[in-house]
Amino acid sequence: MADLEAFKEEVRAVLAERLPEELRKGNRSDLPHDLLGKWIVEMGDRGWITPDWPTEYGGGGLDREHTAALKAELKKAKAPIVSSFGVSMLGPTLLEYGTEEQKKEFLPQISKNTVRWCQGFSEPGSGSDLASLQCRAEKEGDEYVITGQKIWTTGADRADWIFCLVRTDFDAPKHEGISFILFPMHQEGVKVAPLTLIDGSAHFSQVFFDGARAKVSNVVGPLNGGWTVAKRLLQHERSTDGSSDGGIGGAAKESITDFVKRQVGLENGELADPTIRERLAAHEIDKRALSLTMRRAVEEARAGQRARDIGSLGKFRWANMVKNEQDIAVDSSGSQGLGWEGPGYEDAQIERTKKWLITRADSIWGGTNEIQKNVIAKRVLGIPE
Amino acid sequence: MAVILSEEQLMLRESAQTFLADQSPVTRMRELRDAFDDTGYTPEIWKQMADLGWLGILLSEDHGGSDMGVADLGVVLWECGKVLAPEPLVSALLLGANAVRLSGNQTLQKDLLPAVAEGDRIVALALEETARFHPYNVATTFSGGAISGTKIHVLDGHVADQIVVVARTAGNAGDREGLALYLVDADAKGVSITRNRRMDGRNAATVEFDGVEVGADRLLGDADLLDQVIDQATVGLASEMLGTAEEAFERTLQYLKDREQFGEKIGTFQALRHRAAEMFSELEFARSIVRDALSALDEGRADAAVCVSAAKAQASKASRLIGAEAVQMHGGTGMTDEEEIGLFFKRLKAAELSLGDETYHQRRFATLQGY
Ligand SMILES: Cc1cc2nc3c(=O)[nH]c(=O)nc-3n(C[C@H](O)[C@H](O)[C@H](O)COP(=O)(O)OP(=O)(O)OC[C@H]3O[C@@H](n4cnc5c(N)ncnc54)[C@H](O)[C@@H]3O)c2cc1C
Repeated sequence: MADLEAFKEEVRAVLAERLPEELRKGNRSDLPHDLLGKWIVEMGDRGWITPDWPTEYGGGGLDREHTAALKAELKKAKAPIVSSFGVSMLGPTLLEYGTEEQKKEFLPQISKNTVRWCQGFSEPGSGSDLASLQCRAEKEGDEYVITGQKIWTTGADRADWIFCLVRTDFDAPKHEGISFILFPMHQEGVKVAPLTLIDGSAHFSQVFFDGARAKVSNVVGPLNGGWTVAKRLLQHERSTDGSSDGGIGGAAKESITDFVKRQVGLENGELADPTIRERLAAHEIDKRALSLTMRRAVEEARAGQRARDIGSLGKFRWANMVKNEQDIAVDSSGSQGLGWEGPGYEDAQIERTKKWLITRADSIWGGTNEIQKNVIAKRVLGIPE
Repeated sequence: MAVILSEEQLMLRESAQTFLADQSPVTRMRELRDAFDDTGYTPEIWKQMADLGWLGILLSEDHGGSDMGVADLGVVLWECGKVLAPEPLVSALLLGANAVRLSGNQTLQKDLLPAVAEGDRIVALALEETARFHPYNVATTFSGGAISGTKIHVLDGHVADQIVVVARTAGNAGDREGLALYLVDADAKGVSITRNRRMDGRNAATVEFDGVEVGADRLLGDADLLDQVIDQATVGLASEMLGTAEEAFERTLQYLKDREQFGEKIGTFQALRHRAAEMFSELEFARSIVRDALSALDEGRADAAVCVSAAKAQASKASRLIGAEAVQMHGGTGMTDEEEIGLFFKRLKAAELSLGDETYHQRRFATLQGY
């Protein structure tokens, strides 16, 4: 493996030469489409979308140190990075539980970001109590036939494939009859109905299966052993390095500090509203503590110093942090924080208002804050139930 | 940027744990409190701490120390916090002697620091004059070669051999400019010391200076020195208080697993389980951010002051939450003097309000960040 310093040098050189100025804004929703598309292809070709996956599956084949170095350089350059259901959740799960054929079929596409995935876990009657899910899969030859409904499926309207939890044993206890299965979205028997959320966006859908088909060979992990696979996937979903501070909608164009400074104004170098000032400082301190804690989780695990799993704190504290940022933003704007669209409001104010709305979801998706705390109390603190 | 402990620090921690488990149960602190003896700590233990090298951790080898860092002292303080050891580590080492160590006054350093490392000399810092902490709220004057003014909350001032006094040579209370630090003998003419008895069993003093004559050779430095001293002591105190918070949390967690009501362990109640998870997260956040601040100081990072205020703000927040919840979750038992959890609660409050509370440090953080 290349010497670390030389590697960093190389990455910096590539970024300097290949990453267009217009994209150096981090993960924002308003990046120029063409340039972004090209950049993602280039990232994929270099194995940089999934740097720590083996090269045979399209990854970069980098060890932990080099992966961390690459991520740090990308972050420094404010390069947009791909984080998708495939890259952050399904991929790592397949690496662990997939058959060789499944890995060969699905991982290279994920590492090039050419296939879009969605997550079919939640159902109308099964949210926090996910294992009570009812969506059925019945075997017919070398296929499963799927009937039922999923909900809150992010990106379902644009997805090519779905990883889905289905019930394959109808008599077994609820955790023991579930399988984890992959199938294409573009087929008869799959209907997608987008849902409009409180911020006006519609990236989430209800998905109806009426005779959708999945290959038997696309069950991941053991038949009826899907709950274990799902739990691992949820761990990947909940893991955070604490650094993405925008919440599910991504970071705002302007930093929270700059935004609040403009809304409230400075008097003698201090924000004119002392309460907002203290809340902002408290938020910034919280954000530091979160990212230092997530770094410590990694370093302690590596050094074998781990006492309790502090990574488990990440999801709910991150959710609180990103929500709090938007609380401060909207409160600092006063009635200007109430705009929906059109004249009378700055774009930045409307952006914050929409983010305030959509970040309410961050303490719900991937296991609500209440569920996170249940898990911490039981598994991490060991308090008997 | 270290957020985890080094091999050496793990060893230091282990030896501190062994020593304290053996020599310093929480009952020791209670006995000292009840006896209200002249020192308020155990001189033999102080001497043993010197023998263990703790008192010289920050001092150079020339001065009888081992030239280690604030982060190393932080490891020791954390462990002392767990057992509520009342020895004047923050007051005498990080506030008092540290002002001499960080000064440019080599004569005083040579004269004083080796005795500090041996445990033979206690140096206190007389800074505060107003009840709510602000380091520049100093009205005490230095003029015509003499210091006059009244200092409060002088930690362990009652046992000090020498006192570092922050006085004003120019300007008004609140100004950063015009501050000067002088070393004064506690028995000098014009110094009068009144011991204050505090709720946490620790000691502070009100110290009056009535035209106390001080030579120019006793000058240690100005506000730059003061800032440096306060920053180091603040993170040291934060380490100690988090040791205390950690122990209070662990004891409370154990109580949730032991105590039964309604035929069940009280820990089965979700209202308490969720709050335990909150306490845990605040504690671990504080641990990370304090470690970062310690290493920022040792590395001389440009933003060290920002890290310090972030650390004390978070440590204060965690301490307040854990202290309050510890008493609440112990029910009536938590209200008794007999149950030790109350001792932790009181110490946490005292540390929270010392060297700036959460709000003070949030404001300082904001100022340092340009808003
Ligand atoms: C923006 C967004 C995107 C999402 N994307 C996806 C996706 O792509 N794929 C997917 O499968 N799902 C997705 N979800 C669904 C998400 O995982 C569920 O909404 C979530 O798990 C909660 O389930 P629920 O909505 O049914 O709420 P419920 O489970 O009904 O919860 C209602 C309330 O009760 C509380 N509660 C429930 N059980 C307990 C308990 N044991 N103790 C204490 N409190 C409890 C909850 O915390 C919550 O406050 C998404 C959700 C959102 C909001």
